[in-house]
Amino acid sequence: QESQASELPKYIKIVEVGPRDGLQNEKVIVPTDIKIELINRLSKTGLPAIEVTSFVSSKWVPQMADHKEVMRGIEQHPGVQYSVLTPNLQGFHSAIAAGATEVSVFGAASESFSKMNINCSIEESIEKFEEVAKSARNMNIPVRGYVSCALGCPYEGNVIPAKVAEVSKRLYSMGCYEISLGDTIGVGTPGSMKRMLEAVMKEIPLSALAVHCHDTYGQALANILTAIQMGVAVVDSSVAGLGGCPYAKGATGNVATEDVIYMLNGLGIDTGVNLYRVMEAGNFICTTLNKKTNSKVAQAFLNTGTIN
Amino acid sequence: AFPKRVKVVEVGPRDGLQNEKNVVPTSVKINLINMLSETGLQVIEATSFVSPKWVPQMADHTEVMQGINKLPGISYPVLTPNLKGFQAAVAAGAKEVSIFGAASELFTRKNINCSIEESLERFNEVMTAARGASIPVRGYVSCVLGCPYEGKISAAKVAEVSKKMYSMGCYEISLGDTIGIGTPGSMKEMLTAVMKEVPVGALAVHCHDTYGQALANILVALQMGVSVVDASVAGLGGCPYAQGASGNVATEDLVYMLNGLGIHTGVDLQKLMDTGTFICNALNRRTNSKVSQASCRL
Repeated sequence: QESQASELPKYIKIVEVGPRDGLQNEKVIVPTDIKIELINRLSKTGLPAIEVTSFVSSKWVPQMADHKEVMRGIEQHPGVQYSVLTPNLQGFHSAIAAGATEVSVFGAASESFSKMNINCSIEESIEKFEEVAKSARNMNIPVRGYVSCALGCPYEGNVIPAKVAEVSKRLYSMGCYEISLGDTIGVGTPGSMKRMLEAVMKEIPLSALAVHCHDTYGQALANILTAIQMGVAVVDSSVAGLGGCPYAKGATGNVATEDVIYMLNGLGIDTGVNLYRVMEAGNFICTTLNKKTNSKVAQAFLNTGTIN
Repeated sequence: AFPKRVKVVEVGPRDGLQNEKNVVPTSVKINLINMLSETGLQVIEATSFVSPKWVPQMADHTEVMQGINKLPGISYPVLTPNLKGFQAAVAAGAKEVSIFGAASELFTRKNINCSIEESLERFNEVMTAARGASIPVRGYVSCVLGCPYEGKISAAKVAEVSKKMYSMGCYEISLGDTIGIGTPGSMKEMLTAVMKEVPVGALAVHCHDTYGQALANILVALQMGVSVVDASVAGLGGCPYAQGASGNVATEDLVYMLNGLGIHTGVDLQKLMDTGTFICNALNRRTNSKVSQASCRL
């Protein structure tokens, strides 16, 4: 059966997760002023959405302990949506008090992952998110829902597409405007991506879907291509491919924003993003972190002196 | 729909090692090829019969060709830029050869110091000799999605050069994105043009991962019916045109994707990864294969 869209989307929204997902999974903890500088630079690239921090207890995620300072300290450019993670009602209130205008909640398609990651079952986590969604609705705050382990789990192994569809549907029904399907350990391939999306697309409208691919096995761009061929028009990525994989020591994690944009440019798909400015922001953060970029596009451009 | 089977052409021992900073001794090359022969790969490009003055890394071509275990059912093609190289290859026991054309005049001039037309005349000599000796010839076309000197390359030019090489008698044409600059967009456009002139069953893609686009480009090629894909174990072989950047796509990452698509390759991924580990240790370098780097397993 042919689930390949005859035409690719004309426009794709890139959701930049580097400052949160990226920095949270880097070895080095970054000072607040550097985080703010990075976000301010990203705000000038044309990116329409930037995930800036996480209102999780600093006991669990020390890298994001400065969430209030970051939220208050960044320039908020018109035309850019700034979102923050809020795992529960307490985090939500704290985020709103700090000036957040959009929040995200993180579910998972695997019970084991949910228990190991946030110490509760999927059902219990959904109850917490419902509290957030309810408050958010009352305050007209949009909520984005993430589903982790959409193509595989570090503990359970295989994850069935029907489970991903079920969790996605719960998040969508509670009011999440968008569901980002995450290949958390990057094990997916175009084969499993297609099967998973076919199942989810039975429950969620295409326009409300996003893919969040990790490049741990080098499959991210091929998986993203598969998703956009099926009509998905929102893609998460991380500048310079920031953020390793916490489940595979030394391995890479997030797909690099630069590499995604390069591919979309080559396909004639509009993103509104200036690739060079993203590379410059990537160069800034990598220099600060004293690390090599994970973006192959940035690496290829680096020695020609094209990036400042 | 995807092909049910894909033939993986392993170019690590030649394209890979030729473009590595460190040179490995003959014994290591032979060991590498022998290990690759145990993985299920059906085609392993073994070496290049080019003058050692131009390519010192391949100076031991005769020793390598004579030293490797040649397993039945596996082909060990070698590069032969001209008649002299061809004769030396056959004398050393080669049973298949490859010739390298390009879709860019400037690239041809810089690379082998003649025009595309002149290079095709040289190849004709090889073709005639190969035909006489019943030796199959594989044709490569470089710069199919872009050239480090000319920039943009027209799909029509790629189709023209491919057609000439196919008409000359090459059984297969491997289309090379030499600087890895292509995207699924340009890959589709180029293949559409080439497939008007050469049957898809005679086409292969040789993608470089310099801009991280290789697997996405390969995916598009597969969707269009291409069923032969070149790759290099551990992603050996940097890009000589972008210092420090990567070159060949890693065979492990390709096989991982094909496995996930349910496409048969006959290749044992674990044995392939072990081979990659061996050659990276010998070269004292980290692997370019992400599959190899990742330590979590399903």
